[in-house]
Amino acid sequence: MTQLALVIDLNVCVGCHACVTSCKEWNTSGVAGYLSDDRPYGEDPTGTFFNRVQTFEVGEYPHCETVHFPKSCLHCEDPPCVPVCPTGASYKRPEDGIVLVDYDKCIGCKYCSWACPYGVREIDTHQKVMKKCTLCIDRIYDEALPESERKPACVLACPTSARLFGDIHDPDADVSVAIREEGGYALMPEWGTKPANHYLPRRKTRIRIHEDELVRADNPLKKEHERPVGPVREQTLDDVTSW
Amino acid sequence: MHPAFSVIFLTTLIGAGQGLFLALYSGEWFVHSRSGLPYSGEFYVRGSALSMGLLIAGLFASFFHLGRPERAWRSAAQWKTSWLSREVIVLPIVIVLVALYGTAHYFASTPDIAPPHIRREGTLWIGGATTAAVLALFLCTGMIYACIRFLQEWATPLTVFNYTLLGSASGFTLATALAQQYAAELTRYYGMWAVVVTLVALAMRTASLIRNTRIRRKSSLQTATGVKHQRITQRSQGLMGGSFNTREFFPGASPTRFQQLMWSFLVLVFPVPILLIIAGLFTEMAGFFAAAFLAQYLGLLAERWFFFAQANHPQNLYYQTMG
Repeated sequence: MTQLALVIDLNVCVGCHACVTSCKEWNTSGVAGYLSDDRPYGEDPTGTFFNRVQTFEVGEYPHCETVHFPKSCLHCEDPPCVPVCPTGASYKRPEDGIVLVDYDKCIGCKYCSWACPYGVREIDTHQKVMKKCTLCIDRIYDEALPESERKPACVLACPTSARLFGDIHDPDADVSVAIREEGGYALMPEWGTKPANHYLPRRKTRIRIHEDELVRADNPLKKEHERPVGPVREQTLDDVTSW
Repeated sequence: MHPAFSVIFLTTLIGAGQGLFLALYSGEWFVHSRSGLPYSGEFYVRGSALSMGLLIAGLFASFFHLGRPERAWRSAAQWKTSWLSREVIVLPIVIVLVALYGTAHYFASTPDIAPPHIRREGTLWIGGATTAAVLALFLCTGMIYACIRFLQEWATPLTVFNYTLLGSASGFTLATALAQQYAAELTRYYGMWAVVVTLVALAMRTASLIRNTRIRRKSSLQTATGVKHQRITQRSQGLMGGSFNTREFFPGASPTRFQQLMWSFLVLVFPVPILLIIAGLFTEMAGFFAAAFLAQYLGLLAERWFFFAQANHPQNLYYQTMG
């Protein structure tokens, strides 16, 4: 079983919103029609986005950190939004685990958005159907693109490579290794939705140095209370032997 | 959650329609079991018509909730998993069965069609099937909300009981008003049961109010972001204006308005109709029962508004601060 997903590294995300704009640009230009974008430069802008970058402050100044937190559909392995859909427009693809909405079947009842604890489904106010991240399904399988570009738009746009894309069920995939070795976690595990997207935590690279590592404890000279004498005049062992 | 008027009208109207049918059918059994009481066919015919009218009005209101109402027929597809889909199937079945029930009574009250014992048995059988469908509809409507486990205010059997009891209470109150016009011998029966059902509904609604003040939230900013720190503050939700997330999931009313609506429904749904019904039973004056139903229905609109506004969606954790 394949389960495509994103792994988002909060350690390197700088909150530049490149993934947001790249996602919007790609997904508003596809065959599924545009994404609403009303009054973008007006007083009360609003629109449909598949991906948002939020910012949280952890701790209190001066002991605080800013965490930029990209959030899009997590493509849950047990998605609560799918069984509630009355028409079957909301579904999970068995072949790659992507949760999708069939825009031609959706009646816009918004029930799936109520049933998503993460708030990643947004109704399109013009097309009146529910929309959400497709993992750029119209891109990742497009054989007209070079293989290196068959990735979601947000992943390609990320300047710090904070976004990894792959099959989390393949133990050798980059995403699986990252989850396994870098402490990948799921959001709101309390609801048992088993999100496929994972997040890598903030982590500092520090070396722990103990004092005895700075001072050579078993220095034989020190032990026998001998001090090195001045420069040696005669030949040393190194001068007369060769390797 | 943001209360949607389409859903408020849908649930209160079909609730009253279903309750009215349950009242009609229980009244019919009451008459059936007491040999002394006369059979007022017109009462059941008009009652069924009114119940159908309420159900159809509710169905009509539900279409305003849909972005694409022209595709509404598709919503019957996923009955295996979706309570909404089940409701969509059961509601028309109830409407048809109530129509059949009314029609059966119409023929039963026309003397030259069938001998009395046969026609009376027939309406009871149809009514039995309709009762099952009505109860199934209450279950579906309640479960639509109760099955969303992270909307903790809704995720309780009390939701289903409240939908059933509040709908039944308004139905029995309406039946009392109707009986005064068309079946005076049943007025006292309906009046008393309307008071009883309203009191039971009060107990159940109070229980859910108390339960909801004691909810321990399972989700927090810590679980939502996965950052283990006692103090996390949102600085930006990633947008400068509003979005679907800020409009759909917040009550959109001040805490004062919230309290006002809670108290107005607690007054209008329970004590006011009870007092009006008791006054009507003692004075036997026209108008008291109708006023009781109107007050209760208005109160139920407030109750349903409150039901939605009170529900706290975990997605709101991600949408605390604009900036």
